[in-house]
Amino acid sequence: MRRNAPALVAVALAALFFALLPFGLSDYHRGLAASVAVYLIAVLGLNVLTGYTGQISIGHSAFMAIGGYTTAIMSHYHNTNLILTLPLAFAITFGCGVLVGLPALRLSGVYLALATFALAVSIPQLPLKFSTFTGGSAGISTSKSVSNSWLYGVSWSTAAIAFLFTWLVLRGRTGRAFRAIRDSEVAATSSGVTLAIYKTLAFGVSAALAGVAGSLFVLATNGFAQPNEFSVTLSLKILVGAAVAGLGSLWGVLLGAAFIALLPTLSASAPVIGSAHGQDVVFGLFVIVVMILLPTGVAGLIPRLRRLRAKA
Amino acid sequence: MTALLELRDVHARYGPVNALHGVSLTVDEGEIVAVLGANGAGKTTTLRAISNTVHRDGEIRFAGNALRGGPEAVARLGVAHVPEGRGTFAELTVWENLRLGAYTRRGNLKDDFARVGAYFPWLEDRRYQQAGTLSGGEQQMLALARAFMQRPRLLLLDEPSLGLAPLLVTEVFRIVKELNENEGVTVLVVEQNAHIALQLAQTAYVLEVGRVALSGPSADLQQHESVRRSYLGY
Amino acid sequence: MVELVRKLPLPQRRLPASPVLLLLVAACIFLTVGSLRSTIFAQLTVAGVATGVVFGSLALALVLIYRATEVINFAQGEMAMAMVYVAYQLTLWGLSYWEAFFLTLAIAFVFGVVTQQVFIRPVQGRSVIAVVIVTVGLFILIDGLVEWKWSANQRFMQAPFGNKIYHVGSVPIARQDIGTIAITLVSVSALWAFFRFTKLGLGMRAGALRPAAARLVGVRTNALLAVGWGLAAVLGAVAGLMTEPAEYVLQPTLMQPVLLYAFAAAVLGGLESPGGALVGGIALGIFLNLVGQYVHFVGSVLQLPIAFAALLLVLLVKPTGLFGHRAVRKV
Repeated sequence: MRRNAPALVAVALAALFFALLPFGLSDYHRGLAASVAVYLIAVLGLNVLTGYTGQISIGHSAFMAIGGYTTAIMSHYHNTNLILTLPLAFAITFGCGVLVGLPALRLSGVYLALATFALAVSIPQLPLKFSTFTGGSAGISTSKSVSNSWLYGVSWSTAAIAFLFTWLVLRGRTGRAFRAIRDSEVAATSSGVTLAIYKTLAFGVSAALAGVAGSLFVLATNGFAQPNEFSVTLSLKILVGAAVAGLGSLWGVLLGAAFIALLPTLSASAPVIGSAHGQDVVFGLFVIVVMILLPTGVAGLIPRLRRLRAKA
Repeated sequence: MTALLELRDVHARYGPVNALHGVSLTVDEGEIVAVLGANGAGKTTTLRAISNTVHRDGEIRFAGNALRGGPEAVARLGVAHVPEGRGTFAELTVWENLRLGAYTRRGNLKDDFARVGAYFPWLEDRRYQQAGTLSGGEQQMLALARAFMQRPRLLLLDEPSLGLAPLLVTEVFRIVKELNENEGVTVLVVEQNAHIALQLAQTAYVLEVGRVALSGPSADLQQHESVRRSYLGY
Repeated sequence: MVELVRKLPLPQRRLPASPVLLLLVAACIFLTVGSLRSTIFAQLTVAGVATGVVFGSLALALVLIYRATEVINFAQGEMAMAMVYVAYQLTLWGLSYWEAFFLTLAIAFVFGVVTQQVFIRPVQGRSVIAVVIVTVGLFILIDGLVEWKWSANQRFMQAPFGNKIYHVGSVPIARQDIGTIAITLVSVSALWAFFRFTKLGLGMRAGALRPAAARLVGVRTNALLAVGWGLAAVLGAVAGLMTEPAEYVLQPTLMQPVLLYAFAAAVLGGLESPGGALVGGIALGIFLNLVGQYVHFVGSVLQLPIAFAALLLVLLVKPTGLFGHRAVRKV
């Protein structure tokens, strides 16, 4: 505990900062800050799967869609308390994650990535097919709408819980098993790690986090769950966020989430090219430059800095 | 005799691990030089330092000029490196492997193929066979043939006897000697089989823990007390 | 640096496993019989080959890059789309369609080489994820640049083969479809010949299989990697230029669905197999047409998910694709 004193202080300060932040922001910016929390949970989820067990997934937008639609549908048809839909989404997407994780055991590397990609492409089409129930392309909305302050509070609290939860899971035996699997499946098995259980568990947890993020995502977009909100580009965005954060370590996720949440909006005001197109050009360039400069992401900076300090 | 290859105080490392601690050696034109030593002594690393496939410091001169650039550049200067594991393109055919050997050469290759056929007559029948399906001995021969297609001035051989039955080892070394005597190819061979290496080479170096422990004419080394005990077994 | 063996040498030549061959033969028989019995079936099959061949061409570009660098180029479709816009601009400046076509192919090659040297080379050695993300960044960047220069409005380009429809028996076959199949097959064959018969092609194959050994024989693997990207860009440009007439309009989202189907085709065929990518593409094209017509549940909405459901099924049975090999890793 003693060794972690500076880390604990940092965490406490961060908590204080985030608690006080909304008071200093305009309503619009509070909404923006809330979206950072939403992406943080999603990036956290992807990091658990790809960073810790090495299973690449480009399908997380599908899990977000499932979580988001759960919230919208439950609220729309059953008037469920919005906050209650969060653990519900968590449970449902956990189940979906396990369902996907089981066949995924047979695939590896690029094939897994493309299979999950297939998932991300296909799932958003389903609401279009069952449009009477799901509102089709127009989408379905929650029965209540929420304020940005409410959103900020709920999403950041959820993010904090999610972070704590993930940290606890990764700290113990499970985390070690995950890391062992990422580094060498063969070695992990010979050390007694049952691949099937841990890999599927990772998928489940990862999907569950994405599901919760999806629920909050829907709440953040006026309570509307629409198919085109959950396109493959969302999955790619989360992947970019996780890569910028640095896979295999939790410390960078905040920056990674901030990167994908804030940068597109900030680039929209880029004077160089002008209006909406500038956003894409600038964001795209930023992604490329960041990856070239920091191929192991923000989290990768820490070991690099340590090494530099050791040399000096 | 002019020195074709000179190494002066060469250091080499794999990441943070140092493997060579100042190795110096000379290979004269037309010579066969052997590098001996136990596992981990730095023999393979020495060859890698020459072809620049490992991080290295120190001076390496080839035909009087500093040897610079990546392995492709070194190959273009006339150095053929047959690495550990032979560097065979297992997925490609025998013919394609030979053709790749001659990658740095321009012009018509008919003569080269004919010459290779003279040294390795059995290759002709196996032209279209997938190289990975050849036996160990055959792959070693193919590696030599491929190196010869390059018409190099200097041939670097990394443990050619590895994994081969004694009869094949003799055959391989016989061909190396022929290439040296008839075609004028200078050879630097790294070997664990000290016995046969010392019979083939005129000069030899013994490496221990990344340094040159002994060097001299093979005949002398064959008589040397510690060499006999450690590497020749008597 | 001990070179890890990526694949063990296979004792047999690289033919797909017998069950796969049987499956293909059965499929061909099925298609022939169906075409003879129903005009619509035949029409859909031929049209399916035309769209499939385009998927296969883009899939081939993906496989080319994957074989050389183990990276999936997410920007392949957008690069192709940008080249179609270039061709469009050239026609606006007065060039005839075919002049623009060939000039665009040359420009595409340069574009591919430059992209690899400027954007990919800095991250190449470091981590696969980083390179993949760079391609994602390129996707976004190219999209933005195209929309900036030409806006997202729909544009019209003249159709290279016109709108004529031939009739073989009672089966209507569009001239455009024949043209598409011909052009794509010619370019794919040219590429195959390049790899099979030229020294450069052999060098590229060697560099993709065993980069360390290739460098030792003098292959400039880095330079050839750039050439590989250039060739992939050309293939993509061909795919794009053949997609445009089929879509009737040119807009920035032109290649996005094609890219998805190309991914499916590439994985279906097995990412290491160029032949597989082409066959996978054609199979997918025909499959989509037939399923869209005969399975009413699917319609047009579920076309994409159905394609991917089929892909997932194949992967479950054969995790490395139809023609892929199980890569054995040394422990």
